[in-house]
Amino acid sequence: MNVTSINARLMQGNQACAEGAIYAGARFYAGYPITPSTEIAEVLAERLPQVGGKFIQMEDEIASMAAIVGASLTGAKSMTATSGPGFSLKQENLGYAVLSEVPCVVVDVQRLGPSTGGPTAPSQGDIMQARWGTHGDHPIIAISPSSVQECFELTVKAFNLSERFRIPVLMMLDEVIGHMRERIIIPAPGELEIVDRKKPKVAPSQYVPYEPQDDSLVPPMANFGEGYRYHVTGLLHDDTGFPSNSPAVMGEHQDRLHEKIRRGLHEIIMVEEVQTEDADVLLVAFGCMARSAARAVKEARAKGQKVGMLRLITIWPFPEEALRQLAEKVKAIIVPEMNLGQVVDVVKSAVEGKVPVYGICQADGEIIPPERILEKIEEVL
Amino acid sequence: MRDSWEIRLGGSGGQGLITGGIILAEAAILEGKQAVQSQSYGPESRGGSSKAEVIISKENIDYMKVRAADLLLVMSPEAAKKYVDDVKEEGIIILDSTYVKDCEPKKGKVYKVDISRIARQDVGREVVANIVALGVIVGLTGVVSQEALEKAILARVPKGTEEMNKKALAAGFQAIKSVVNAA
Amino acid sequence: MFAEIEQYFRTERLPHIWCPGCTNGIIVKSIVEAIQKAGLDQDKTVIVSGIGCSSRATGYLNFNTLHTTHGRALAFASGVKLANPELNVFVITGDGDCTSIGGNHFIHSARRNMDLNVILFNNNIYGMTGGQYSPMSPSGAKATTAPYGNIERPFDICNLAIAAGATYVARGNSFNTRQLTDIIYNGIANKGFSFVEAIASCPVYYGRKNKLGNAADMLKWQRDNCITKEAADRLPLEKKQGKVVTGILHHEPAPEYTTEYQKIIDKFQGGEES
Repeated sequence: MNVTSINARLMQGNQACAEGAIYAGARFYAGYPITPSTEIAEVLAERLPQVGGKFIQMEDEIASMAAIVGASLTGAKSMTATSGPGFSLKQENLGYAVLSEVPCVVVDVQRLGPSTGGPTAPSQGDIMQARWGTHGDHPIIAISPSSVQECFELTVKAFNLSERFRIPVLMMLDEVIGHMRERIIIPAPGELEIVDRKKPKVAPSQYVPYEPQDDSLVPPMANFGEGYRYHVTGLLHDDTGFPSNSPAVMGEHQDRLHEKIRRGLHEIIMVEEVQTEDADVLLVAFGCMARSAARAVKEARAKGQKVGMLRLITIWPFPEEALRQLAEKVKAIIVPEMNLGQVVDVVKSAVEGKVPVYGICQADGEIIPPERILEKIEEVL
Repeated sequence: MRDSWEIRLGGSGGQGLITGGIILAEAAILEGKQAVQSQSYGPESRGGSSKAEVIISKENIDYMKVRAADLLLVMSPEAAKKYVDDVKEEGIIILDSTYVKDCEPKKGKVYKVDISRIARQDVGREVVANIVALGVIVGLTGVVSQEALEKAILARVPKGTEEMNKKALAAGFQAIKSVVNAA
Repeated sequence: MFAEIEQYFRTERLPHIWCPGCTNGIIVKSIVEAIQKAGLDQDKTVIVSGIGCSSRATGYLNFNTLHTTHGRALAFASGVKLANPELNVFVITGDGDCTSIGGNHFIHSARRNMDLNVILFNNNIYGMTGGQYSPMSPSGAKATTAPYGNIERPFDICNLAIAAGATYVARGNSFNTRQLTDIIYNGIANKGFSFVEAIASCPVYYGRKNKLGNAADMLKWQRDNCITKEAADRLPLEKKQGKVVTGILHHEPAPEYTTEYQKIIDKFQGGEES
């Protein structure tokens, strides 16, 4: 038995997400019970006080989102978790965090919708809500893990990106990934990189809270209580943080929010390519569907079909560049997703008609099995 | 000996099948294998239908759901009806004959074991029927070692119930031995 | 500006957006006087507000200030306070913000008893959106959305706060500022959820719609119709009809949330483990 298998253990996806948060330095969680995300709250209710952190069950989903923004302003790395109906309710305050640039992580363990839908049925139906759920134009970062190991490691990454870019980061789990148990190796302390928000270097009297200090366009952030008294608002504002009605100021503010993410794309975009070198058919998949697609690749290859997969780990911003490069080489793209057509349209728009793009879209609470993908491969070859 | 096992455990909520699936997966990981456990259940935590799935393999596991089972255990008539056809031709079916009567699967090798009655009468409490069932599964297939299984069971069950669970496990091993010998 | 309280204001942000005759400024002055009297460190004090006329106050106040979303100030404030209990946390809210869209957060914050100081500016109307009725507009009052008179019944928000478990509840008005400053100050001293309803006047919308006269007339109404709890306790029922009772209405300390939470953390002394 080697060292890694000694540290290996069986863990549920939701629990791995909660443990990843603690590893990342999260010390505040506010949430509201909702299937199938509740285990995250239950684990953190037990674990956070053990490491000096705080857990609170708020009166509703809206309050949970508000509380993590408030907590983050005091310097605490903060998280909430929910599922479809709760994700809808959080949207307004999620937009607040985007505009006021408050780091936080929001986990959505996707279940079948719309409305109450299928509480225990898996789905990938919140992908577009993740992008556009809150009103107005705004950037967002959304990440989709495909294994229990990734539930842990990508939650750490989500906190890192959130602190680095001062933006809420969405962890888009699905019921399959959140509830399944599999082998995980918990990284040793120090093994994964931990990123903390940049703090101001100037004296409080010189602090301009939203003035970027470098090309990243991400302003340093002071915590409440440290002597840097400043104003945080959901109104569009200038570098001082105070609201303005000036079209120039409002436009500049919006532009910077987008530009800071555009400049960070190389740090944000994560994809995995599986046997794409010689592929004729490319599967584009994410979350639990990437597991089904991986099996389809293996079985198609066994039949002599040249099939590969682009796995989207980062979903928003969309990994357009990686996709475009592969679109130059393949003859067809298939997008299997557990919704009625959300990512497939983004793929179509990204490849601009260079190759045909087919969706396998299903929203019935079942994961799409490898057989259906294999049938589609036969069809398009 | 197969390199990869797709195992489905079907029954009613409250029979401990999800716990059973977790224990089996934990035993596999103790042996250095890969394992994935998943489940489906209704909104009720007692009664209603319950299904646990476990895949155990020496290789990395991609697709996490059982397609056609290498091994099916059913502990309720409803589960028998629902899952008995999704078994590989050379698969194994274990029926808890305490509850599953009149079931004649068309494929797979079938073993009828009086699991729940053994738990109730021989061990003393029906709540350990899932542990008896694990004894039957592992005794028959060797999907994990008996030592790893016992270790996984003792790590998971409530304090103070270790002896009863060991007894249940031994009863499971014994029961399948008798069934195989009688055949 | 009064020199003795100037340090508490971001004077460069003035003038404020409130209409002539609005009493929000009077209430804000009482808040900072109470903070001054309590000797709170500005660096360690956070003022949180929601959306509406009164909630714009945070922009003018020289503290750590957080101007949030409509109705949600208490939820943001709960996150601030629990994450760092060393901070003194105030919430400025209005009658629409607090009792309508924020009603759920209000009752649960009162029940939870976190050490928050809440000052509700009650002007009986939605001012910023131009004069719609609120859950605290009296029955019969006119508003742009109640052109034939309000057929709803208003909350007695202080009674609601008491019923929901607030440990300190008081009411004041913008005429008797000495009393208002005192009850806010006493609320700061209460370790728990402290709630102060401050009666404000909105001559531009509420006053004009309901023919209540000019700003001075509305302040005179406050003077003539408010009686202290001590006076009210001595009066027979018929003489109290139509009067608004002010002063400390309820004070019953109970375990404070962040203190109780710290006790759980203290059980795990020995530090961080992960």
